[in-house]
Amino acid sequence: MNKKLKGKAYVLGDNIDTDQIIPAEHLVYSLSDEDESKKYGHFALSGTPPSEAGLPDGNMPFISGEKNESEYSIIIGGSNFGCGSSREHAPFALQKAGAKAVVAESYARIFYRNSVDGGFVVPFESTEKIFDKIRTGDELEIDFDSNTLLNITDGKKYELNPLGDVLPIIEAGGLFDYARQSGMIE
Amino acid sequence: MGKTITEKILAKSAKKETVVPSENVWLNVDLLMTHDVCGPPTIQIWKDEFGDKAKVWDKNKVAIFPDHYIYTKDEHAKRNVDILRNFAKEHNLPYYFDVGTTRYKGVCHVALAEEGFNIPGTVMFGTDSHTCTSGAFGLFSTGVGNTDAAFILGTGKIWEKVPESIKFTFDSEMPAYLTAKDLILKILGELTTDGATYCALEFDGEAISSMEMYERMTLTNMAIEVGAMNGIIAPDEKTKEFLHKIKTVEYEEFFSDTDANYLSQHNFNVDELEPLVAKPHSPDNTDTVKNVQGTKITKCYIGSCTGGKISDYKFAAQILFDRKVKTPTFIIPSTTNVAEQMEAETYKGKTLTDIFSDAGCSMAPPSCAACLGGPIDTTGRSVDNDVVISTTNRNFPGRMGSKKSEVFLASPLTVAASAINGVITDPREFLT
Ligand code: SF4
Repeated sequence: MNKKLKGKAYVLGDNIDTDQIIPAEHLVYSLSDEDESKKYGHFALSGTPPSEAGLPDGNMPFISGEKNESEYSIIIGGSNFGCGSSREHAPFALQKAGAKAVVAESYARIFYRNSVDGGFVVPFESTEKIFDKIRTGDELEIDFDSNTLLNITDGKKYELNPLGDVLPIIEAGGLFDYARQSGMIE
Repeated sequence: MGKTITEKILAKSAKKETVVPSENVWLNVDLLMTHDVCGPPTIQIWKDEFGDKAKVWDKNKVAIFPDHYIYTKDEHAKRNVDILRNFAKEHNLPYYFDVGTTRYKGVCHVALAEEGFNIPGTVMFGTDSHTCTSGAFGLFSTGVGNTDAAFILGTGKIWEKVPESIKFTFDSEMPAYLTAKDLILKILGELTTDGATYCALEFDGEAISSMEMYERMTLTNMAIEVGAMNGIIAPDEKTKEFLHKIKTVEYEEFFSDTDANYLSQHNFNVDELEPLVAKPHSPDNTDTVKNVQGTKITKCYIGSCTGGKISDYKFAAQILFDRKVKTPTFIIPSTTNVAEQMEAETYKGKTLTDIFSDAGCSMAPPSCAACLGGPIDTTGRSVDNDVVISTTNRNFPGRMGSKKSEVFLASPLTVAASAINGVITDPREFLT
């Protein structure tokens, strides 16, 4: 797997719940149908209150206009990212929109598991609060080996917690690939 | 060192002597539950991964409840129920509860209890965050996503990190103006929405022992709101009685050791607590009802797996009896079983159903309905700048429909009292 990940930051605050990531009314769409599932990208993060969308300024939608993909690929959050319902549609929507990783102080359990087991986005934990230090649009680089996040725009570096137990699942690409590689299933 | 009930159940399921918190273990699952929102994508992943000829690991261990988007004209939602129906037919699943038939039950978490799926000592996973509700019966139950569920569907196994436990003891006798909802809001106010992430919440004490099973489920239901993995109450006579009314089952009971290790322990005297609300837009934004008394509301909602059980309607009926609501009030029972009990259960000689219709409430058939907003044509959905007071479990922005609306969470007593006055009202005003 690619040991470095580069992309633009999209900054959010604490307690980003799954209704903000993908509002419930959109959950009717198929996740497997190529065309229909694009809607998940389109509506990703559409539930965040405008003033809190894209900090520090706000009013910066994750997806602009009719697009299904975002120009931002690294999402920055605070504590308890992904709280709320168990919908796997949430990390799926982020992935559909082109997000590769989330860096937050902490995660709700189900969102974390879904991100890892479904192989959607890599959920990194920052060791400190960072959403007030990074601006939406900043160029970021995550280094998997040194567990660091570099803000290329201002040169500041932040530490990340090691992925630990879930790293093999992330490296395999998700739970099924992991189970296949380790001989648990055929 | 002693063990908690959660640790003991997980050890049994992992076929290990003991387990310790933070350890990752592979569990053998006793029941997998899914519904119309997460069932179809789970089935799709399962098919993609295990192939067209795949077999469900154990068809007696899968329960499927269409309940979320049931009474809607939305074509996608209907298609999703068709997927469940075809899957159940194709694999001959005995526990599929189809909508539009006499087998239809309603909201999964309450139906699981009523259909006898909540067996003490077992391990249940469900594709819904409120699967923790079932823990009221002394079992380990928690929510997972579709990939995890698809994995279970094919293998009967899943990995899980053993949680640390946090214990809440509620002493004294419950005063008439309090319900389990007030207790869990109290916990939310203290712990906040991530205060128990990856933890087990254990409840005990005199107030819990004397609580009926439906009420206990309100506590475990909202364990997820503090970020917990599961909520659990050790089985007792009330558990046994409830289960034996449904069917005779053998089960193993587990109890926490007196020297078990807890991350923290909290004690409350229920007679010192007051009716509480969670103000917009988070379940941990709690306050006393007194402090927000007088806030104008435009809608009242009594329903969902949290606040649409028979126990909730018995509370509401005490206040709505012989009175009229000032604010549009929606009564949406969680299950068909609850709806039937509302016809049979009486308060001062009148059935609950009659009490509510005489009070001017709107009633709708059992389903999740507006608890999670749902498609545009969902009964009770919040619109525009609605200010709703609701017995449900979440009030995140847009949760009940309109992103501009505000939702207060409260007990069925508080919602009923507020419905009468058209403003948020302390239930004690009507209970003296
Ligand atoms: S009633 Fe509400 S909380 Fe309960 S399962 Fe349905 S949508 Fe979820």
